[in-house]
Amino acid sequence: MVRLVAFLVGLFFSGMLLLGLGDTVIKAIQEPEQPTAEHEFHETPLAVSFAHDGPFGKFDRGQLQRGLKVYSEVCAACHSLNLVAFRDFGALGYNEEQVKALAKAWKTEVPSINPETGEAATRPAIPADKIPSPFANEVAARAANNNALPPDLSLITKARADGTAYVYSLLMGYRNQAGYKNAEGKELLKEFPEAATSPGLHFNPWFANLNIAMANPIAGDDQVTYDDGTKATKEQMAKDVSAFLAWTAEPKMENRKSAGWAALGFLIIFTVLAWMSYRTIWADKKH
Amino acid sequence: MSFPWAQEYKPQGTVSKWVDERLPLPRLVYNAVGAGYPVPRNLNYFWNFGVLAGVALVIQIVTGIILAMHYYASVDGAFNSVEHIMRDVNSGWFIRYAHMNGASFFFIVVYIHIFRGLFYGSYKAPREMIWLLGVTIFLLMMATAFMGYVLPWGQMSFWGAQVITGFFSAIPLVGEPLRQWLLGGFAPDQAALNRFFSLHYLMPFVIAGVIILHVWALHIPGSSNPTGVSVKGEQDTVPFHPYYTAKDGFGLGIFLIFFVAVTFFAPNMLGHPDNYIPANPLSTPAHIVPEWYFLPFYAILKAFTVDFGIPFTGIIIIEAKLMGVLAMFGSILLLFFLPWLDTSPVRSGHYRPLFRKFFWFGLIPCIVLLTYCGGKPPYAQWVILSQIAAAYYFAHFLIILPIVSRIERPLPLPNSITESVTGKPLETAAA
Repeated sequence: MVRLVAFLVGLFFSGMLLLGLGDTVIKAIQEPEQPTAEHEFHETPLAVSFAHDGPFGKFDRGQLQRGLKVYSEVCAACHSLNLVAFRDFGALGYNEEQVKALAKAWKTEVPSINPETGEAATRPAIPADKIPSPFANEVAARAANNNALPPDLSLITKARADGTAYVYSLLMGYRNQAGYKNAEGKELLKEFPEAATSPGLHFNPWFANLNIAMANPIAGDDQVTYDDGTKATKEQMAKDVSAFLAWTAEPKMENRKSAGWAALGFLIIFTVLAWMSYRTIWADKKH
Repeated sequence: MSFPWAQEYKPQGTVSKWVDERLPLPRLVYNAVGAGYPVPRNLNYFWNFGVLAGVALVIQIVTGIILAMHYYASVDGAFNSVEHIMRDVNSGWFIRYAHMNGASFFFIVVYIHIFRGLFYGSYKAPREMIWLLGVTIFLLMMATAFMGYVLPWGQMSFWGAQVITGFFSAIPLVGEPLRQWLLGGFAPDQAALNRFFSLHYLMPFVIAGVIILHVWALHIPGSSNPTGVSVKGEQDTVPFHPYYTAKDGFGLGIFLIFFVAVTFFAPNMLGHPDNYIPANPLSTPAHIVPEWYFLPFYAILKAFTVDFGIPFTGIIIIEAKLMGVLAMFGSILLLFFLPWLDTSPVRSGHYRPLFRKFFWFGLIPCIVLLTYCGGKPPYAQWVILSQIAAAYYFAHFLIILPIVSRIERPLPLPNSITESVTGKPLETAAA
């Protein structure tokens, strides 16, 4: 009885799947999927390497400080970093006084309450504050940005596939759409005339739908002046800020890797000992 | 418990004797995983995975209890509380990554454990009850993992909850009210998050309870073995301790090396980047996918594309969506009937030439294919492949296996476990 019912159920499910298969094949032949501009012209992140890559990689503190400078002078005009506190910048190599000064000098002040009137006010940031958003709320952010919402950047490199390289590629990826060809030599506007970027958007093949609301934030060299004398080329700035955002997404990465090596070392010794005791105990038993 | 030659627990000191007479807990442990449990001497490394699954559950419970001390089940605060754990709690990043990857490794070892059972026929008499309890544990694990994935309240958490609870709305008539009742609202929100957290904390202990039954049921007939031949005498077995405690210790070391390598060096490899974006009910991700361990079932769900009805009348009896949901649950529930679908008296796949062919060239590739297609966008080529693989999956268990069991001529079995190990026939007749 069980087998009879099973046979019928199996026949039903498999039969419906095979019917569905026929249906899918017929539909695929009758209405083949149309290639889309996103599908053909979206680029995967560029190959770029960082000091913190790989199982031994450590953040380059100088690079993180330069990245912070790019963030504070360029990105922070629109993007918040609401999971990172000023005190966290101690990990970039700043001492307590420098962190305090950094917080105090931050362009956007922190929302607070006027102690006398109780009205909404702002005050200078202190190390315990999270990096404030330049906009009071989402509506204000959208109103200032052509109805686009600048995302918080704290986790951006973990929230995108191959995130650090993605941020770097996106910053380097603004192209002139007229005459743009991909690596295969196909010209976007010839293949997909309807994919022309609409006003208010900017063409960038590294962005998911090729058109991003953010204008090219790092348009040319020397947009910031580095304190350590590094030449602020466009590429250098993009790389530094990408490394900085890798740090904001995972400030405990170095602890993770060093703890990982300790754990692996311990486990390898444990496993060798366990193997030896296994061999010893089983020595007289054929198995 | 199981064999007359099992070593008996002999309490040594006065305290042990005192305890043994009043609450023989040490005796229970001795008979369960100590020298008092005789185990076939020929178990291979596939028999390590039961113990490993137990260890994985303990890792999940320990890390989970610590996470719950810092987690805040609120739609406004859940995402940030997880990031607080990652950034500000001492070694919180480790606890969280261990829990997140621990779930994946729990499924990896359980899938290997199930694979072992399927190939070596561990579900056959007299071990059906162990198998039934095992499938129950698997279902409980899936429910627990799903609810746990919702807790960080990222984009995939929210939309995964939306899709999975949407299955209930496929049920005719009562579907939508049922879904709203389960969620406590029209969409996943505070009520759903709170109850998922409550149940996610409860269910691991339910799993632990069913594991106790699973191990209890195992100790009635004793462990199976790679030949599938029953134990015939004392020479066929060794005491669990020290023989298998030592072997499991080595297996545990290897397992932990893999677990640690992923947890510390590629902690986000098995996750999805979208779950680092806070949940936003107004923005649907381009492509909603569940965690990797659900992908084969997700592929089965999506493989049903045509309604079942009376041809040329337009009357639909079962909609494609409902059928997908039924098939997805059915693909797991059918495992409950496996002991009665596979009627071959030979347990081990080693001695079943025809079964082995269908197993290696049919079932395994089709599960791999379903896992792969489950993570792909619904383009025709992936739908076609999942339809073929899913059709085979159902045919394999429900049609092919019962027929194979009938027509197959198994290879000759060794006379005993000892003979298969030593290559020499037994001198004394089996007791």
